Amino acid sequence: MDILLAITVGGLYAAGIYMMLRRNVVKLLIGLGLLSHAANLLLFTAGGLVRGRVPVIPDGETRPLVIVADPLPQALILTAIVISFAVLAFALVLIYRTYQTLGTEDLDELKATDT
Amino acid sequence: MLLWLLAILIAAAVAPTVHRGVGSLGRGSLGGWVLAVVPAGVFIALLTLWPSVVNQQDVSVFVDWVPALNLAVSLRLDGLSLLFGLMVTGIGALILVYAGAYLKGDDRLGHLWMLLLLFMAAMLGLVLADNLLTLFIFWELTSITSYLLIGFNSDRPESRASALQALLVTGGGGLVLLPGLILLGLAGNSFEISMLLTSAEPIREHSFYLPMLVLILVGAFTKSAQFPFHFWLPNAMAAPTPISAYLHSATMVKAGVYLIARLHPILGGTAEWFWMIASVGAITMVLGAVLALRATDLKQILAYATISVLGTLTLLLGIGTEATLVAALAVLVAHAFYKGGLFMVAGAIDHSVHQRDVRELGGLRIAMPATFAAAGLAGCSMAGVLPTFGFIAKETWYESVGHIAGNGFLAASILSNIGLVAAVGFVCVKPFFGGRTESTQHAHEGGPAMWGPPVVLGIAGLALGLLPTRISELLATGSGAIAGRTVSVHLALWHGVNVTLLLSLLTLAGGITLYWILRRGQLHRLKPYFYFFEGVIQYGPSRVYHWLLRTVNQFARGQTALLQNGYLRFYLFTMVGLTVASVWMALGDELRSHLEPMPLDVRGHEVLLACLILAAAVVAVRAKTWLLAVGALGVVGYCVAGVFVLFGAPDLAMTQFVIETLTVVLFVMAFSRLPEFRRLSTSATRGRDALIAVVAGATITVLLLFAMTVRSNHPISDYYLAHSVSEAHGRNVVNVILVDFRALDTLGEITVLAIAAIGVYSLLTLRPPKQADGEDDAAEGTEECSRKDAAGTQLDSTAGRAVDAEGV
Repeated sequence: MDILLAITVGGLYAAGIYMMLRRNVVKLLIGLGLLSHAANLLLFTAGGLVRGRVPVIPDGETRPLVIVADPLPQALILTAIVISFAVLAFALVLIYRTYQTLGTEDLDELKATDT
Repeated sequence: MLLWLLAILIAAAVAPTVHRGVGSLGRGSLGGWVLAVVPAGVFIALLTLWPSVVNQQDVSVFVDWVPALNLAVSLRLDGLSLLFGLMVTGIGALILVYAGAYLKGDDRLGHLWMLLLLFMAAMLGLVLADNLLTLFIFWELTSITSYLLIGFNSDRPESRASALQALLVTGGGGLVLLPGLILLGLAGNSFEISMLLTSAEPIREHSFYLPMLVLILVGAFTKSAQFPFHFWLPNAMAAPTPISAYLHSATMVKAGVYLIARLHPILGGTAEWFWMIASVGAITMVLGAVLALRATDLKQILAYATISVLGTLTLLLGIGTEATLVAALAVLVAHAFYKGGLFMVAGAIDHSVHQRDVRELGGLRIAMPATFAAAGLAGCSMAGVLPTFGFIAKETWYESVGHIAGNGFLAASILSNIGLVAAVGFVCVKPFFGGRTESTQHAHEGGPAMWGPPVVLGIAGLALGLLPTRISELLATGSGAIAGRTVSVHLALWHGVNVTLLLSLLTLAGGITLYWILRRGQLHRLKPYFYFFEGVIQYGPSRVYHWLLRTVNQFARGQTALLQNGYLRFYLFTMVGLTVASVWMALGDELRSHLEPMPLDVRGHEVLLACLILAAAVVAVRAKTWLLAVGALGVVGYCVAGVFVLFGAPDLAMTQFVIETLTVVLFVMAFSRLPEFRRLSTSATRGRDALIAVVAGATITVLLLFAMTVRSNHPISDYYLAHSVSEAHGRNVVNVILVDFRALDTLGEITVLAIAAIGVYSLLTLRPPKQADGEDDAAEGTEECSRKDAAGTQLDSTAGRAVDAEGV
């Protein structure tokens, strides 16, 4: 599964970067979304995959009895999901206002700061 | 000693308040007298320490500051620092009073006092510092305050250019000085000057000796306006006259000389020391005197004369015999008295008749008698006329240099002094004698605060000349500190008729003759000579400076246009490309050797999930409508959540599901107002971008596979798993990490969310703007803009210019 997920992550990165290289600012946003998924999955895969073993300690024990999924990457990704949502939401609204104000979604026409 | 610095800094802090307070009483210049109490107090405190310093007692303070960096605030008072400290505080007090009169009624007076006091603290710290790094910090502080003071008339472009020039030259010199001081500290194994004194011999034989000497000297030469860095000083005359009198004649420009003197017992006495310093000093001395005669502006003449004297000091320190060290200090003291006074005289004339061109001045002795008296006293001292201290200084100078083998330095000294005597003619004789000119018709004397300080300095110069015993003591201790051994000094006004006296008379006669020639308008005979100097020396280094400044600016503009061209995809391309390239360069070989076949342990539903993610990504990329793209993005998100479910991360999956749903809703809401996709780029561009993207994606895949083969154990996670129950009393380890072990990180995350939410809210509540079509509307728009700015919202700059649709 590691190899499969590694290829998936690579594919998501390629799609995200391609979209971010577009001139259309809306596509850029979609690219940003793809890129954050790619990054989360990258962290998850790099942290090591364990099928179905949730990092929860059973009642009455002080430590897990079997090998469980690594909790640390999970904590990192949880933070990353939330933060990337914040970034995406802010970027979305910013772009939306920019389009309303300037009437274009072409990044090349947004070059000057005071149109 | 720390208290003195603190007192001056406090005075600086309250100076604007004092100015406002006194201003409301209607006596604007009174504040100068009030503030002058502080430096005068320090002056008296220094005087009380005179006996202990003269008796070679140790007067020092040591406060550890950053011990790890060898930084300590260690201050030490010896003869040399006492001499400088007295000049800094004594003349400083007079300058504060004088500045009050000079800028009477100006709102910026408080500001000027503050800067002068700040400078005073920095300069006092510089001369008291016993630690090389502390000294350097004060050194740079004087450069910065000097920059602020030269640019005091910040509304004038030439004033700003001069300030910048002074800062770049002296600040650049400071940058050169720092490695020199560090080398010195390394070679001597200490940054305390008093410690270095004990290891002078090994330092002089150290392999760092020559580089450190060159670096330190460049720093000292820039600060003290030595050739070829002299050009900033005349330009610094753009500052108001109190500043020129204080910083650019009496104190700051002598910091370089001070440093040379301070380091003489450690680095001095070698052939390198002698030739580098003495030759630069001699060139500067003659050059300054010649250029002084070329100038017609009172302050310019004085500035060039100052350069000449600074050259003399450097020359004398470079020669470095006991006699020349005493002479250097004598010239230093004499110069501080007369040049400070003459600058104030020039300021008084400027203030009275608004004219500084000596050709336009004349007949002021009747209208400004007190100023004339001050000018006379200072002029006699500068020309070295009996019985002023200037005469004694010049006698010791001639005598000490006369003992050196070869008469080149003596001849140069006499030449430069002839020039200075002629300059005295232009500064102290020409404006006061003869008939009144058009400019001086309405001349009048300023108040006592205007003529008092220069008269005090003039009388002090005279008094020291008549009673040189007390100052001899100080000069002996001071030159003892420079020489590194005990020196005895017996200054006397009258040495009897000897060679030195004859040379003095020759100088005076030569100077008077020269003045007479120049005064009679016979200048054209000397013109070729002056042109030579102008071309080669006056404009040479200055041209280099301007050329450098232009080139640096052009380079900056060019590389900004190249690297910061405003195309987002260019930045992305650069980042992605560099990352990919560096990954392959750093790991290329290792990657190939580590990539071995891994067991392909997959299950059907997992393959399905991965294929779904990839397919959805392709759909998102190729979508022609935003709805399809957003839908595909959502599919990717849900499938990623599915991966989380399969591999033991239910918390992640739940969060991902919620967030993904929210994202899709948000996108649909916003995108419904945005246009459909347009195809903006050519197929060639798309091909190029696709290539970049695929290479980057492949790199990530390979990197990830590599990361998995080199993975070690999970020591950090093991800790969390083992302590989750025992220390945090939680069984869901992921949650425990987030809310307990790394709770502060989570707090940071929440803060980021809150900030983003505020940003989103502000942007959404900003009502849709329309293009302004009338002036009234535009005004309203500006008002709207400022109101919203005040509310703390982040506005797009363009939005503020347009008008609120509802307001129209």
